[in-house]
Amino acid sequence: MTSDNDRRRGLLARLRGRPGAPSRGRRRLGAAVRLVAALMLAGGAYTVLAPGAAAQENPPLSTAAADGKALFDVSCVTCHGRNAQGVEGRGPSLIGVGAASVEFQVGTGRMPMARQEAQAARKPEVFTRDEIDQLAAYIQELGGGPVVPAGDNLHADGNVAIGGELYRINCSQCHAFSGGGGALSSGKYAPSLAPATDRQIYAAMLSGPQNMPVFGDNQITPEQKADIIAYIQQTLKDDGDPGGLFNLGRYGPSTEGVAIFLVGIVALVFASLWIAGKS
Amino acid sequence: MKRRKFDVAAVPGNTARAVDDRFQVATPLRRLLNKVFPDHWSFLLGEIALFSFIVLLLTGVFLTFFFEPAMTEVIYNGSYAPLRGTPMSAAYASTLDISFDVRGGLIMRQMHHWAALLFMAAIVVHMLRVFFTGAFRKPRETNWIIGSLLFWVGFLAGFTGYSLPDDGLSGTGLRIASAIMLSIPVIGSWVTAAVFNGEFPGTIIISRFFIAHVLLIPGLLVALITVHLGLVFKQKHTQWPGPGRTNGNVVGERMFPRYAIKQGGFFMVVFGVIALMGGLFQINPVWLFGPYEAWVVSAASQPDWYVMFLDGSTRLMPDWEITIPIGEGYVIPPLFWPTVVLPGILVAISLLYPFMEARHLKDYRSHNLLQRPRDVPFRTGLGVMALTFYVILTLSGANDVIADKFHISLNAMTWAGRVGLLLLPPLAYYVTYRICLGLQQHDREVLAHGVETGIIRRLPDGRFVEVHQPLSAGNGHGELDYAGWVVPKKMNRLGALGPAIRGFFYPIERPAEAPVSPGHPPVEPRPEREEITSGETRS
Repeated sequence: MTSDNDRRRGLLARLRGRPGAPSRGRRRLGAAVRLVAALMLAGGAYTVLAPGAAAQENPPLSTAAADGKALFDVSCVTCHGRNAQGVEGRGPSLIGVGAASVEFQVGTGRMPMARQEAQAARKPEVFTRDEIDQLAAYIQELGGGPVVPAGDNLHADGNVAIGGELYRINCSQCHAFSGGGGALSSGKYAPSLAPATDRQIYAAMLSGPQNMPVFGDNQITPEQKADIIAYIQQTLKDDGDPGGLFNLGRYGPSTEGVAIFLVGIVALVFASLWIAGKS
Repeated sequence: MKRRKFDVAAVPGNTARAVDDRFQVATPLRRLLNKVFPDHWSFLLGEIALFSFIVLLLTGVFLTFFFEPAMTEVIYNGSYAPLRGTPMSAAYASTLDISFDVRGGLIMRQMHHWAALLFMAAIVVHMLRVFFTGAFRKPRETNWIIGSLLFWVGFLAGFTGYSLPDDGLSGTGLRIASAIMLSIPVIGSWVTAAVFNGEFPGTIIISRFFIAHVLLIPGLLVALITVHLGLVFKQKHTQWPGPGRTNGNVVGERMFPRYAIKQGGFFMVVFGVIALMGGLFQINPVWLFGPYEAWVVSAASQPDWYVMFLDGSTRLMPDWEITIPIGEGYVIPPLFWPTVVLPGILVAISLLYPFMEARHLKDYRSHNLLQRPRDVPFRTGLGVMALTFYVILTLSGANDVIADKFHISLNAMTWAGRVGLLLLPPLAYYVTYRICLGLQQHDREVLAHGVETGIIRRLPDGRFVEVHQPLSAGNGHGELDYAGWVVPKKMNRLGALGPAIRGFFYPIERPAEAPVSPGHPPVEPRPEREEITSGETRS
């Protein structure tokens, strides 16, 4: 039992080798001195040993980012977690995705998501442009990442011929020749490019949202991005269809096949009813 | 010398006599012009195909003036800015020139493509009419076979034409065609090398397809169409059964003048519809597809609709690869079954069907009268079954577009296609069979009891009965046999409402004042009756 008692008495008491109990006042005084000494030791050791970078942790957020954090803590925190670190099974970490990702996901109304499904769909935006900028500033200051260049017109000096070739090689596999979008596996899809603005296309290429791969600046240079955007905005959207009033959605032979039966065959069957009825 | 007066009125007669004196054509021409054709709207469906083929020839000749069937690489410098400076084949560049720089070139291209789709669609619709009415039976099996071959030759014509512009979409299709050829066991690689003169794509395939598309295949089509029409003349057209129509006569209109005028008019209508579609509906915008490059494959790449069933069968086929343990293992790729074996079976069944049915029914007589689809439920059922099979395959060929636009999972579309391909055709057969029996039963019922008049009579004891109009004299019960004719089901078919007002879109004559039926005298107005009184007069 002696060893059990020794263990209960504590290390310092055993070192003193004096089993007799000191008075209550001395005990209290000694405890206070030991506490102060331990605290000073720990604090000093921390000051000496702590890495310099850690000293800059939790820098003050800019005003915009602080506003963004307030928005984040109301609208995004459920899935992306505190400090945007992500929640397992609900939403990914946003550290390092950059302002480009926020601009695309929130600017096209995809975030906040309505529900968890194969892919978030474009819908009317929840936040104003200013609020999106604040959220973007917060995420940007949180972990850095790609940023869309300033300005609304990002294709001013784009070359549609180069852009067209790059578009067909890099984009048409999913978004189709016409930019109308296409199906991916298990309910995922590449959306139509019709409602996309210059900044959104640029942000999508930089951040690779949802099932889209990232086309970073080392794969497609900013000039080439401008060319692609020029092709999408000018050739695919503004130039219209030289082939007629109706483009049949530019879905290719599938809608053309529907048209030949619904328009051609139906019209001619009525014509044959009319002609055969004239007897 | 007195100059003879030139008699204008005698010119046609004199000319005709002069021609007949030299060529002796009056007798055969008289027979031809007096040839009688039965008149029914469904007999005009084949003409849609014939007339769109004529439009194809006309527009196709125009396109050959400007198309350059070569794969030499050029730098485009035409008026379409988004492709200027892009290296491409001469074939693609000349297609762009036709679209943007040749006056009227784009509408000619679009009319040509729409006419091709219409040609194939009309062939299929015409074939369905022939099948469901039993018009393929003896003696017309040969014409059925020629018609089926016309579909497959038209299929080749369409595919070669689709490949000619050498754009991104058709190049993808050509790559798939080369893969299909490669999948054939043993001879596959030799076939591919022979067609492409080496590896895909080579440098000669466009030139080869061009000569096939503008000379060989159209020549074959013209030959087949000529024999097809010649046989219709020789064997005479089938007709619907009806009063005065027997297996041994033809009731209809003479070829000249009425039938010829109608056909001429119908050609104008077909031409007009194709021209309208070519001008209003954009088709095959090759400028968006870009030149063919092996690394460019767009989403929603589909062949034209008549090839789409092969795309669909490929998409539905599970990835069952068969490895035969010979040497290091000989592989039969899964692509072989849906794209070589399946069309082979379809061709064989369609060609042999008339003989299989005759053997099954032990019916080797000649038939010149058509059958109503309801009267042969098993054939109608088989037809609907085949149609269901084909439609499911065709829809599966576009299943990515359907999945994307209707927000369905692509995987779900594929599995729905697989399950549907096995389950729906038998179900369609059963449902069709039952519908045919029901329609037959109703025909017999009307023949036995008469047409429903819609008049409800109350009997003195309070019961209500519906009055039927018997179709025969006497008490009209069970005296008429079904003869394959249309059975009138409504009172105005019996003349109760008088003849219909003439005119298709608006009446071209005033409706008759009182209901008049050809079989019955006009209804007399009710005679004035005297007031019946007690006999006393007030004075």
